[in-house]
Amino acid sequence: MAVAKADYVKFTREMRDEYTILVPTMLPIHFKLISNVLVRYGYKIDFLEDVDGNIKESGLRYVHNDTCYPALLVIGQLINAVESGRYDKDKIALLITQTGGGCRASNYIYLLRKALKKAGYGHIPVISLNFNMLESHPGFRLTLPMLYRMLYCAFYGDLMMLMANQCRPYEKHKGDTDRVVKKWVNRLLDESAHSSTMRYSHVKKNYRLIADDFNRILGDTPRDKVKVGIVGEIYVKFSPLGNNNLEQFLLKENVEPVIPGFVDFCLYCVYNGLVDYDLYRIRPLKAFGSKFLYRFLLKKQRYIRKMMQDFYPNFMPMADFDETQKRVKGYINQGAKMGEGWLLTAEMLELINEGVNNIICTQPFGCLPNHIAGKGMMKPIKERNPGVNIVAIDYDPGATAINQENRIKLMLSNAER
Amino acid sequence: MKINDPKNRTEGNLLLGIDIGSTTAKLALIDDGELIYSRYERHFSQVRQKTLEMVETIKELLDGRSFTVAVSGSAGMGMANAARLSFVQEVYATAECVRCLQPDTDAVIELGGEDAKIIFFTGGLDERMNGSCAGGTGAFIDQMATLLNLSNTEMDELSLSHQHLYPIASRCGVFAKTDIQPLINQGATKADIAASIYQAVVNQTVGGLAQGRKIEGKVMFLGGPLHYCMGLRERFVETLKLSEENAIFPGYGLYAVAIGASLYSEDGELMGYEELVKRLKESMKHKEKVSTLPPLFKDKNEYQAFIRRHTQNSVKTEYAGGYEGDAYIGIDCGSTTTKLVVITDSCDIIYTYYSSNKGNPVQIVQEQLTRIYDEFGEKLTIRGCAVTGYGEELIRRAFSIDFGLVETMAHYTAAKFFDENVDFILDIGGQDIKCFKIRNKSIDSIMLNEACSSGCGSFIETFAQSMGYTVEEFARQGLFSMAPVDLGTRCTVFMNSSVKQAQKDGASVQDISAGLSLSVVKNAIYKVIRATTPDELGQRIVVQGGTFMNDAVLRCFEKEIGREVVRPNIAGLMGAFGAALYAKEHRPKTSSILDAAAVKTLKHESRSAVCKGCTNNCRLTINIFNGKDKLISGNQCEKGAGIRLGDDEKLPNLYEYKRQLIENYQTSNHHPDNPPSLDTRVRDTSLRKGRQKIGLPMALGMYELYPLWHTIFSQLGFEVVGSGFSTRKLYQKGQFSIPSDTVCYPAKLMHGHIETLLEQGADAIFYPCLTYNINENKGDNFYNCPVVAYYSELLQGNMDSLKQTRFLCPYLNINSEKELSRELTLVLTRHFDFIKKSDVNRAVKAGIAEYQAHMQRVYDEGARAVKFARDKGKRIMILAGRPYHIDPEICHGIDKLATSLGFVVVSEDSVTADKEPPILGVLNQWTYHSRLYAAAQYAAEHDDTQLVQLVSFGCGVDAVTTDEVRAILERNGKLYTQIKIDEITNLGAVRIRLRSLIGALQERGQ
Repeated sequence: MAVAKADYVKFTREMRDEYTILVPTMLPIHFKLISNVLVRYGYKIDFLEDVDGNIKESGLRYVHNDTCYPALLVIGQLINAVESGRYDKDKIALLITQTGGGCRASNYIYLLRKALKKAGYGHIPVISLNFNMLESHPGFRLTLPMLYRMLYCAFYGDLMMLMANQCRPYEKHKGDTDRVVKKWVNRLLDESAHSSTMRYSHVKKNYRLIADDFNRILGDTPRDKVKVGIVGEIYVKFSPLGNNNLEQFLLKENVEPVIPGFVDFCLYCVYNGLVDYDLYRIRPLKAFGSKFLYRFLLKKQRYIRKMMQDFYPNFMPMADFDETQKRVKGYINQGAKMGEGWLLTAEMLELINEGVNNIICTQPFGCLPNHIAGKGMMKPIKERNPGVNIVAIDYDPGATAINQENRIKLMLSNAER
Repeated sequence: MKINDPKNRTEGNLLLGIDIGSTTAKLALIDDGELIYSRYERHFSQVRQKTLEMVETIKELLDGRSFTVAVSGSAGMGMANAARLSFVQEVYATAECVRCLQPDTDAVIELGGEDAKIIFFTGGLDERMNGSCAGGTGAFIDQMATLLNLSNTEMDELSLSHQHLYPIASRCGVFAKTDIQPLINQGATKADIAASIYQAVVNQTVGGLAQGRKIEGKVMFLGGPLHYCMGLRERFVETLKLSEENAIFPGYGLYAVAIGASLYSEDGELMGYEELVKRLKESMKHKEKVSTLPPLFKDKNEYQAFIRRHTQNSVKTEYAGGYEGDAYIGIDCGSTTTKLVVITDSCDIIYTYYSSNKGNPVQIVQEQLTRIYDEFGEKLTIRGCAVTGYGEELIRRAFSIDFGLVETMAHYTAAKFFDENVDFILDIGGQDIKCFKIRNKSIDSIMLNEACSSGCGSFIETFAQSMGYTVEEFARQGLFSMAPVDLGTRCTVFMNSSVKQAQKDGASVQDISAGLSLSVVKNAIYKVIRATTPDELGQRIVVQGGTFMNDAVLRCFEKEIGREVVRPNIAGLMGAFGAALYAKEHRPKTSSILDAAAVKTLKHESRSAVCKGCTNNCRLTINIFNGKDKLISGNQCEKGAGIRLGDDEKLPNLYEYKRQLIENYQTSNHHPDNPPSLDTRVRDTSLRKGRQKIGLPMALGMYELYPLWHTIFSQLGFEVVGSGFSTRKLYQKGQFSIPSDTVCYPAKLMHGHIETLLEQGADAIFYPCLTYNINENKGDNFYNCPVVAYYSELLQGNMDSLKQTRFLCPYLNINSEKELSRELTLVLTRHFDFIKKSDVNRAVKAGIAEYQAHMQRVYDEGARAVKFARDKGKRIMILAGRPYHIDPEICHGIDKLATSLGFVVVSEDSVTADKEPPILGVLNQWTYHSRLYAAAQYAAEHDDTQLVQLVSFGCGVDAVTTDEVRAILERNGKLYTQIKIDEITNLGAVRIRLRSLIGALQERGQ
């Protein structure tokens, strides 16, 4: 049953041409690519990359302080941008993602609206980027072709992130990897003007070209550094702002960070539609659609995996989600679907399967699902996979980097033994 | 001492290990397998300076030789980097040291100033450090010693002679302090408190770090606190049940990390003394980038203007040449301190007193009154007196004081004296932060801090002392800081660790003092008041409380809200001053206060007792005046006061009623209204098989669904065993397998419930995973919170004892009878061969009927309670939480406290059955929380109904609901009261909150 909601400002058709939509950082590569799709379809987009200033302070000021850290940061970043003076406050809209699960994260958008109201910007429309039809805005419609393009962005993003992470620790000229990333982000934007770029054959060709570029950086340098996996709550795991530049820290510690991709999270969301029907016999239609979508996405993921296995053997390929998904059996039921839910456990097991025995499990302080699927699964995982080295790190506006780094260092000392 | 290194690293080599912890620096020098030098010193955060000094003192040992060096310790990280020395993580270093020096050790426990660590050697190496919440072990002990007014050594010695251990919350230092404070007030002996503090440290270490792994065999104890505190050692040995030869306290306990580091240095770079000194000096120049804030004052002029402005808000406090005439006495007997002022007809203050309670406020007031009588003698005529605060009733009875008033009233009266049109009062004391909004000359809303933000004021004080400053000096330092550091606001444990980091990064005392003031202020504004703009506070703000005597805090507050405020010169005495003003205003014909002779001869005895009225076991204090007049305090309901109420006098309490309903199932195996109609065939089968015992843990979601599951399993022929309500003992039974220390208390209790069921020999234990709760059509969705929904998954993975039994945690859909039957059949037939599908169908039908009947009983009782209240003109309180908040160990008897204060208590679910949900600004997607919103709407619509929200610490979902519930109430002009609960049993703060609520209601004429 839909319940009466306090009215929210809609993003109208008229706004579409004049308003700039501000997009917060989460996955630097992916979100940039996805924003590009919106630009291609006539939206004015500004992708926020500010990481300093007083983002934390703004978050603390406008959001309940016991709310999870990602909400504080995302909202703080958006409000800071609004107040930065860079924009006409009557000509901007904000965009935020919304998943709609049983976790608090589904409420971010409402917390953002409350915060805006408190700050005196109640008139600024907030667009929900979701795939569950939670809200509609007349001026912001995701059409099928758009979704299709975004989907490829997710794959491009994962491929680039995956290969970049494997190149960066070994690059001979510092900055080579980042240059390739930058080159491709720009190139994909330029390309997107042509509709031919939507053809899968073209995308596949790009995959090869991207991979070739990264392959030239790594060459046959043996990837012999200690590998450290990062799993966790999606924002803290991916966003350097959320995890105090964890990747940079790890690179400085002379190890290779391994971060499972974003597509896995999408597949996980889709797969939950199947599980819901399987467990409770609810929403059969959604399950049917999910099944189709799941196979469709999986096929595309497998294509990249196979390409990497066949042509770029020096790289660790993208995981096969259908395998990842099965690994949780005996650990946690796939019915545990709030937040990252069982995916978190699955990713740890997938990393272990790939020989990455050192894992950092990141979460915002007090993250509810991670009590269960993260910290709650560490004991059984360690028991059944001797030699595995997992450390849970909490992120919070009040937590000190020194404490976090010290714990990671302990984990690393054991990794090198 | 000989170092036997099996890897021969020490042979013929000179190795230096430097360990820099959060408070101390240690050196160890090993020469050819011999520990030739070791040293331990506090570094007062002058990390790099201290290290250099310590190295310089061993010049003659190092000079002319080449050696290797390694740095370890949390504070050493930055220095090692800056000085280009190799770094070894401290736990890793400890492990290496122990492997060499005592290879037969099974486990190591190491406590430091900040961190606690455990290393398991036998049965798989495992090294652990405390989580973010449980930091500050050594720092906590230091603070507690200061609180008890003892040195560390005195506290240690005293603890050894303890008689009794009190339960003290072990979640963290802040919570523990909240439990210790009332013990001090109640006059528990320092010996007992000291030992209880150590026990809390032990529980925190063992519970929070071992997480299910048994600490046994040879256990070695390392680190400063364990080296110096015999009492702490004793607690550990006793708790872990270690024999003398298995508890090892090595002489090198302080240097283990440094020794370990030196061993690891061996493969590093060789260097000489000059080179090392050069690098250390270099590192001192190296400044880390710290995030800093703008200074408090631009220049001296701005400061002087600030001081000038604030001296205007003064009341005359010195009276030259003695006073003759009428006088009024005001006493503020707070939970930690007692304040007393005497004022004249023209409101000048002629006498003030401010001191900690020292466990016995009666004695203090007696001394003070005696002094007043002696000093002023006949010249003074006491025309009236009033008392306010926590000890109001006690003092009033003891000295026959004219008036007693709620503290909010007292503070408002005092604030009005300085600004007639005050509309906002903020009081930051040592322990608590209180704020009141004034509208139409009456108190409109009250906000009090919850446990996490308590103790901010006294934190500054103890911190100042630990740095060797008085609070005044420390504050003065902060005023002229050029770059205050950002120290965060979550709580003092987090702040403490931020301070440590800032110090290591080279922040000065000035910067830290200013940073701390700012943290306290931000905590008050953004966490307690939850305001974002100055207008949300008010136009005319009066600030008070001891902490505001600190000019740095005052300045930070003005800067943060961008508005000038009034800080009276008697900021710390406002409660007492307000009481005195009240006495003057309401001046009785003659004051009833005891005269000089009666005060002098007053005999006051007090003894403590434990109330046996119910399972709450309140700790009572029985006060006897002059051998006859008796006053009982500490009780949460009338039973403790020795009052027996007749049935018609008893106020309805839905919490009690719901507990009774649950109890009925547990004792008689079925609800009396609804005798079970067991299918004979089922009974026969089960008898033949020997009745299978199925255990239902009474925690989290089970509270509400117990009627459902109980009926289903009884109908299927199981013997249902429940684990009963929670107790502290039950909690401790399961404490050791909790993997996440920041999860809520109701979830933590689950572990104890499982253990209890296992003790009862349950053949199977059932706690299903319910992503979706009952759909009551009150929201956008009907989820459970992640913890309630999936806690079984965690239990299965972390409780080894569950392997003794069958643990059933199927994912179920409880909204469809058909589905539930299908899913249950699937699970049960797998485990029990006597289960038939048709039986399950029948049982599920009966179960759902019983659940509905149960809810109907709750609704009916809710309606009866409301009617009772309206007939008798009583106030109604919706104590709004979750179904599991009725557990006596979770709500700590708050329901009873409320009835004893005259409220009819109803639960959030009992009055909302047919309530339309209000319009919300958030996504309404959890069943239990939808009821909160509906309950808030109900309270908003009824003048006689108040809502008090119970929030469990760590409940992430409530970060969303509290703001929304408050918004619903406030937009309808109602007061919002929130009570945060956890393991803590201290109800003092809750009592103040409820009393203030009543005070405010009276003010408003409701």
